Amino acid sequence: MKYFILIAHSPTGWSDMSPDEQAEAMRQHGDFHAALGPAMLGGEALADPDTATTMRHVDGVPTLTDGPFAETAEVIGGFYLVEAPDLDTVTGWCRLLPQGYTLEIRPVIDVEVPS
Amino acid sequence: MPPSRPRSPGPPTPGRPELKQSGPKQSKPKGPGWEQPEPERSLSARSAQALAETWRDEWGRLLALLVARFRRLDLAEDALADAFESAARTWPRDGIPANRAAWLLTAARRRAVDRLRADAMAARKEPLLVVEARSHEEAVRAMADTGDAPVALADDRLRLIFLCAHPSLAPEAAAALTLRLVLGVSTADVARLFLVPEATMAARLTRARKKVAVAGVPFAVPRPELLIERIRVAATVAYLAFTAGYAPGSGPDVVRVDLAGEAIRLTRLLRALLSGYAAPPAPEAGSTPAGAGLDALLALMLLQHSRRDARCDEAGVLVLLVDQDRSRWRRDEIDEALVLLDQVERSQTSRPLERWEAEWALQAAIAACHGVAPSPARTDWGRIAGLYEELERLTGSPVVRLNRAVAVAEASGPRAGLALLDGLDDRLPRSHRVAAVRAELLARDGDREGARAAYERAISLCDNDAERAHLAGRRTAVNHPD
Repeated sequence: MKYFILIAHSPTGWSDMSPDEQAEAMRQHGDFHAALGPAMLGGEALADPDTATTMRHVDGVPTLTDGPFAETAEVIGGFYLVEAPDLDTVTGWCRLLPQGYTLEIRPVIDVEVPS
Repeated sequence: MPPSRPRSPGPPTPGRPELKQSGPKQSKPKGPGWEQPEPERSLSARSAQALAETWRDEWGRLLALLVARFRRLDLAEDALADAFESAARTWPRDGIPANRAAWLLTAARRRAVDRLRADAMAARKEPLLVVEARSHEEAVRAMADTGDAPVALADDRLRLIFLCAHPSLAPEAAAALTLRLVLGVSTADVARLFLVPEATMAARLTRARKKVAVAGVPFAVPRPELLIERIRVAATVAYLAFTAGYAPGSGPDVVRVDLAGEAIRLTRLLRALLSGYAAPPAPEAGSTPAGAGLDALLALMLLQHSRRDARCDEAGVLVLLVDQDRSRWRRDEIDEALVLLDQVERSQTSRPLERWEAEWALQAAIAACHGVAPSPARTDWGRIAGLYEELERLTGSPVVRLNRAVAVAEASGPRAGLALLDGLDDRLPRSHRVAAVRAELLARDGDREGARAAYERAISLCDNDAERAHLAGRRTAVNHPD
């Protein structure tokens, strides 16, 4: 199965960390990558939410606004896409990531997009 | 989301087992047909009893096998329920098969295969449960072997428990799913036990079944390093079902006792299965995974459950522990709990208790002090106070402190108890119990003025009619001491 792991943390989670803590967090991501090996299908870190642009249709008109679509106590900082036999395997791996994260783990479903 | 199909309503009526199954001895089904003496009983009465017993003893094992084989919860459940229904029709006519479990398994397997053929298209779209290949193959082999008793795959039932009592489900949903799948409690009965309409419970169960399949919760015993933690989750699910049973003032007491009995049955099963399960060596775990925690939990449940016949008076009003008729406590259950607590005590030489295990062990030890006391006055309050002190250190809970204050007052006088109440009103602002305990202790200390004021406060905070009436009675007694 494929799982999508959404990484959320407090808005100042990263900037509040000391350089040593940031290095430690990076090392934990490194451990996570190493543990997964080929099971890692992809993943990226995202720029701060204040750089986001949101698009929605207002009265049928595509409208852009500045900022993320939801004001939340936590911000999305990045994601991983992984291949795993079951949920317990994924949650086992996720223990390697920094403890300040809130992780939302979602199974990916197959949707056929007409070509 | 696919529309939820109506679930089979539960055990077929003739063999519908009573829910009261807390111990192996008192589980004789009641109802018409059971009163006749053994030899004269008709085939239909005997087959109804056989069916009820088989439902109670074999449901979980057969369902686990079907789940391992077909990898779909709803299909396995419906097929097994159908098999029981067909047994209810045919056994009274053709006789009770020598191997009931094998008969039921064969019937259920045929049913499942038929159904799969009938909705081949729909079935393809449904996500299959994650089942280890080896477990799946064993189940296929067990079912091919139609003549013999199905091979006892104790681990399959463990897998089923860990699937249902999974931390990715909300605890209430996990508890309902576990009662339904592992113990075979019908959806209607699970709804009755948790005091929700049947349709609500059916929807909750449907959602939980879908979640475990789609999210990829494995039908597996957790890896050794996760096992203790997952046993804790499963035990917590059992305890949630148990305490739902004894939540005061919600529903007819007989129903609540049934639920508590089912929770005890689940805890016994989990304990038995784990003691037979040879865990691969774990880096940190002890030799018997969480045996002590489950022993402590079972002891706690048994001690609380042993008072069920004394908890309410004829009018259904809750009777406080100190006022209960102790001759109505179940002595055998108290004795069993004491043996279990002894085991917990001895286990600590090989492995220190985890925090959750220690919490249950302390609570059980406190309940045991009451269980062995011939009367409230002849209770070892000093020991109870000491146990509460330990429990407070472990949990930091204000409720534990309140209970500790009561025990200390009994052991060392009202003033010692009152001193422990300091600051508790702020920590339990909505509870009437702090004020009620303070009132009682002030009255005992001879401070009638203070007691009256505290009773007033307790009455204003209390939202339970029976308790408010009790408090008002106490206030009057303080006003008119003779």
